[in-house]
Order: sequence, then structure tokens, then C-alpha cells
Amino acid sequence: MHELGIVTHVAKTLDELAAEQKITKIGSVTLQVGEVSGIMTEYFVDCWNYFKVRHPVLQEAEMKIETLPAVTYCEDCSKTYPTVQYGIKCPYCGSERTYLVTGNECLIKEIEAETEE
Amino acid sequence: MKVIELHKSVTESNDRDADALRALLKEKKVFLINLMSSAGSGKTTLLSRTIQDIGKDVRIAVLEADIDAQVDAERIEALGARSIQVHTDGMCHMDAGMTRTGLLEMGLEDIDLAFLENIGNLICPAEYDTGAVKKVMILSVPEGDDKPLKYPLMFQESDALVVSKIDAMPWFDFDMNKLKERVYRLNPAIRIFPVSAKTGEGMQDWENWLKEETKTWIEEE
Repeated sequence: MHELGIVTHVAKTLDELAAEQKITKIGSVTLQVGEVSGIMTEYFVDCWNYFKVRHPVLQEAEMKIETLPAVTYCEDCSKTYPTVQYGIKCPYCGSERTYLVTGNECLIKEIEAETEE
Repeated sequence: MKVIELHKSVTESNDRDADALRALLKEKKVFLINLMSSAGSGKTTLLSRTIQDIGKDVRIAVLEADIDAQVDAERIEALGARSIQVHTDGMCHMDAGMTRTGLLEMGLEDIDLAFLENIGNLICPAEYDTGAVKKVMILSVPEGDDKPLKYPLMFQESDALVVSKIDAMPWFDFDMNKLKERVYRLNPAIRIFPVSAKTGEGMQDWENWLKEETKTWIEEE
């Protein structure tokens, strides 16, 4: 299962960060997820809520997800267009010599946290 | 509560584990290949034939990753190669931590070339660095020449593509030139090896590549 795998990596990264920076509690985690990253956000949040209780620091952390739009660039006409709507074929010139510029990300943007002091 | 900005990739902790594993493999002189493909593309058959052909020159081991079951490891061991079965308990890919655990459990002594036979799917395994030195994917002829259009990441990430079951070409609408064009567009540096593990066609090029890459990794400082 894809989402659960990502959740375990997020939890591990945050556990390490908590130990490093003496964080006692994380209130929320904001993730930036690309539109074509293949992550189902609703499902991801379910996985998070299932998994977070195993980590004392994360127990109460709310998962917030920001979606980043997918944009494709066309090498032939140098224009960009929305990937989800048009796919691999450029809507301006019909070329398939295109590549994804943004939309495949999965980043931990920020967290809200309480520290020891 | 204060806000801490991170801007970290979710795979960052895994990427660190993967780099550490590669360093260990360098030290132990083991060349690890992450072998990825769909279910049923012929991974185990390709490996069986490869072990039969070059197992005398190169000491090969196989880490079989599966959701469950034991079948593949038994097939490999029947050929005299070392093998271990790793169960991911429902997870769709192997990460660096799981790979390390499996390899250490199996033992890295007296091995030149190890294959990680990843979970059979073209999506998730492409996204995780397992700590392997090279990534190889298999696409079988019956799957079709349109797969680079559907699963571009896997083709972009791989160092080599094995096109398997070419003996079945007469029965499928599979255009090898079209496939190559699509793959090179995504990844100009990729090596492509059309093979049939059944008839042996093309196997020698693939096996020579394996031997050269293994040698380079083991001997290079």
C-alpha cells in the first residue's frame, strides 16, 4: 500500500527531528503534494491517523495537505499547460516532446511544534 | 506552538539510509541491482537463466521481496544461488531499511552480484531508493509497447531496460522500434536489452553488461 509507506517515512523523519530539536509535541504537519504524485489525499490522511498514535510526539498531530498543480512544458513550442487536463500531448502544437515541470512533489512543508524550553 | 519550516522531501530519511547501504556494499564489494517490473513479467525466469549462464563466473545472490509467499526463493535456490525471501507485509515497495535488513540476514560474504527482486508493480518501487547501485526494469512483450507513456517514472529512473519474452513477439502487436523511441525520449542514457530467457536470444549482451558493471563496482576505488 503506497500511502502507508509514505506515512511511515514522514513519521520517521519527524521522530528524528523531534529528538534533534527537543520537540515534545507536534500539533500539525503540512504536506505539499503534487497533483500527479499518485497520492490520494483522503486516503493518506486516514493512514496518518491510523499510524500516528504509535508515535508519542505525533499522537495529536493533524495532517494538513496542500495540493501543488501539475504543469507540463512543451519543448517544441516552449509553452506550459495544465497536465491533468491535457496529459502528454501539448494542446497548442500537438507535440509529445513534453515533460513535467511541477506536480510530482511530496514535501513536508512545515510543522507546528512545542519544544522543551 | 511555534511553526518550524522544513521543506524536506518525505523520502529524505530513506535517502540517507540508501546512501549508507551503498557505502556498506562498496566496502563489502557487492554489486546490488534493484530489479523492478510488473507481476508476471518474468523476473524469476530471467534470473534463473542468468544464474545458469554466468553463475560460475559471478557469485550471485537474490533477495526476493514479496507481499507474502515463498515460491520464488525456492526456484532460485534450486539453482544453487543464495537467496532470501523478504515479506513486506502488504507494503507495495521495498525501502532502503528493509533491503539492508534482508541483505544482512542473508549474509554478504562470497557474493559479487546481488539482485533485489522488488515487488511486482511499475509505480511505487520507482519512487524509493533501495540503496542499490543500479536500477534495472523488465518489460515483457505481452505488456505492450505503450507502457513508457503510462509509467514514465520507472523508465526515467532505470539504468537498463530488459525487454523480456521476445520469443512471443509474433503473437503480439508489439513494436520494438516504437518502444525504443518512447523509452529514449524519457531517458536517453538507458541501456536496452531485448531478450528471451526461454530461447536464450539476447541473453549474452545482458549478461556481459552485468559482468562489466559488477567488475567496475568491485574494482573501482
